[in-house]
Amino acid sequence: MDVKKVDDFYFEIKPKLAFSLNLKELVEYKELFYFFTWRDVKVKYKQTALGFLWAVLQPLIMMVIFTFFIGKAMKVPSDDMDYPIFAFSGLILWTVFSSGITNAGNSMVSNAQIIKKIYFPRLVIPISSILVSVFDFLIAFLVFIVLLLVYQQPIHFVQAFILWPTGLVVAVIATFGPGCLLAALNVKYRDFRYVIPFLVQAFLFLTPVIYPISIVSNPWLKYLLALNPMYAAITIFRMPMMNSAPDMTLLWVSLSSGVILFFIGLTYFRKTEMYFADLA
Amino acid sequence: MTPILEIQAVSKKFNIHHEGGPYLSLRDKITGFAKFKSSQKSDEEFWALKDVSFNVMPGESIGIIGKNGAGKSTLLKILSKITPPSSGKIISRGRIASLLEVGTGFHPELTGRENVYLNGSILGMRKKEIDARFEEIVDFAGTEKFLDTPLKHYSSGMQLRLAFAVAAFLEPEILVIDEVLAVGDAEFQKKCLGKMEDVSKSGRTILFVSHNMSAVESLCSKSILLKNGQLHFSGSSTDVIQQYMNSLDSQALDKTGVILLDDSNKPVRKVEILCDGKNSGTAYMGCKLEIRIYFKSDEKLDAPVLGIILKDSQGIPMIGVNNKNYVGNLASQPVSDGYISMTIPYLTLFEGTYHADIHFGNGFKDIEVLRDCFQIVVESISFTTSGELPDKKLNRLFIKDIAWSLNAK
Repeated sequence: MDVKKVDDFYFEIKPKLAFSLNLKELVEYKELFYFFTWRDVKVKYKQTALGFLWAVLQPLIMMVIFTFFIGKAMKVPSDDMDYPIFAFSGLILWTVFSSGITNAGNSMVSNAQIIKKIYFPRLVIPISSILVSVFDFLIAFLVFIVLLLVYQQPIHFVQAFILWPTGLVVAVIATFGPGCLLAALNVKYRDFRYVIPFLVQAFLFLTPVIYPISIVSNPWLKYLLALNPMYAAITIFRMPMMNSAPDMTLLWVSLSSGVILFFIGLTYFRKTEMYFADLA
Repeated sequence: MTPILEIQAVSKKFNIHHEGGPYLSLRDKITGFAKFKSSQKSDEEFWALKDVSFNVMPGESIGIIGKNGAGKSTLLKILSKITPPSSGKIISRGRIASLLEVGTGFHPELTGRENVYLNGSILGMRKKEIDARFEEIVDFAGTEKFLDTPLKHYSSGMQLRLAFAVAAFLEPEILVIDEVLAVGDAEFQKKCLGKMEDVSKSGRTILFVSHNMSAVESLCSKSILLKNGQLHFSGSSTDVIQQYMNSLDSQALDKTGVILLDDSNKPVRKVEILCDGKNSGTAYMGCKLEIRIYFKSDEKLDAPVLGIILKDSQGIPMIGVNNKNYVGNLASQPVSDGYISMTIPYLTLFEGTYHADIHFGNGFKDIEVLRDCFQIVVESISFTTSGELPDKKLNRLFIKDIAWSLNAK
């Protein structure tokens, strides 16, 4: 065997590697992201009569309910938009977060059989679960476009081209942090399988999905709500439909909170992943 | 030559939690903080591997043998990077692909074709590689017709064939294999072994764990024997297997030929040996041997199945029978308590010590498998006029009544 070939594959297996992101390895396994996401999407819609429609129906029905009870009955304002547009734009992004952290949070446990039998970068699993939610978002997004046409919502096109994708990326980052954190914690403490649904439900009301943050008058309460990383994602996504600019301070608070959570989640996951196979 | 794999003083420690479930709950942790030291006492250290070192040269096939719990699987998991060692290190100079299970990640809702891609990708193959080998994989598995059928409609044999076929086309420098051959029908097992021999002949390095001694012997020139997490013996496979068979503490029968099994959670409770109708600790060549397996289970069994394998001192199976094949269901109504008796009217085993595996099942699958459950000594009898026995090296079976004649002209 020639020397170069030997060097190419040289590696050591040691007790505990120092913390490293090891992006190179993640890139090596890029196809696995695709296959896991593809598997979950396929399995999710197999043997369902309505198939991909489910990705649309859930936010759509929620939107109808909220329009009647929150928009019409309680007359909650909706930042220059028709309330259905306001609610749906919030809900489709919210669904990325809620289904993303639910699936990511349970992903390590539900893939325990694979984790115990084969090595690959463990991050592939929660990230792929989040990508499944992104896929659902893309389908629901088409319906969103239809709704915009139906309600003849005026849009800033240039902003939309930049801010819609930005909103999605911010939402994915906001989902990634808590998702990875919960995935890792769930392996060790199964209590978190009860925490996750509760968390998702509570956060729906703590996120300006169905009401604008402007109805909160107490400034401190506003900052508290802005700590929620999804606030930024939803606000950025709605900006092309709004006439007035959002409060930039609140936006930065929310963005920073998302990035900090991202690194907390990533670090904790990376630190504990070596022992997943022993605990799962 | 530099070794392709250097295992240097590898140890793996587990902490066993005596309280609570198999995983931690937050409550335990919180109350644990409150109790401080008192709760830590319930943790016991267990060394699954201790100071294991050996080198593997490129192209070598190494068998890893040992009893259940000897640390074989832990060693493979460390080699596969699934779990880290507690101390020591492994230097590898090649890519390692591990096959601790066939069909890892197979999903019942996906079709055969989809599962080939998913499984191949999990095992570390690129999509291009799978595309290139797809025809061969399907051909090897022999499941062309069902490629677009969901896996849940496959028979377990078909699933297994497909799974092994994917794995067979992995091309790493080092292949780590756990007992994947313990399943499937005889023909398929032969095919798998053949494929593995090809792999080994192509100059790749194999580490192979198995309880099937004849497979280890035919595939691996060298072996290591693990005992209680430590490297007990290494050398040529023949020597190591001999050492292993000698070290088995499968219970020797006492004078009455009875073995009580203590685990009351498992169905098989007692083994009883009768030689010529009498309880006996030994058998002899040509005797009528009866083996009774007493069982007691929580659920009623519609069709209890007893399988017995008798292996010689080299671990080679000499007799392997079960009542399902021979006579079908023995029970006229569901039973939960009783014994199954197997009688060999004329024992054709040669003198020596034989180790017995017991498989107890419900007609669909094994409920309990007792490897090397007991050993039975077959004594020689004197039946030849010369008083000498036939050459042991030339005879595996004992045949007493052979008619000889000489016709002179």
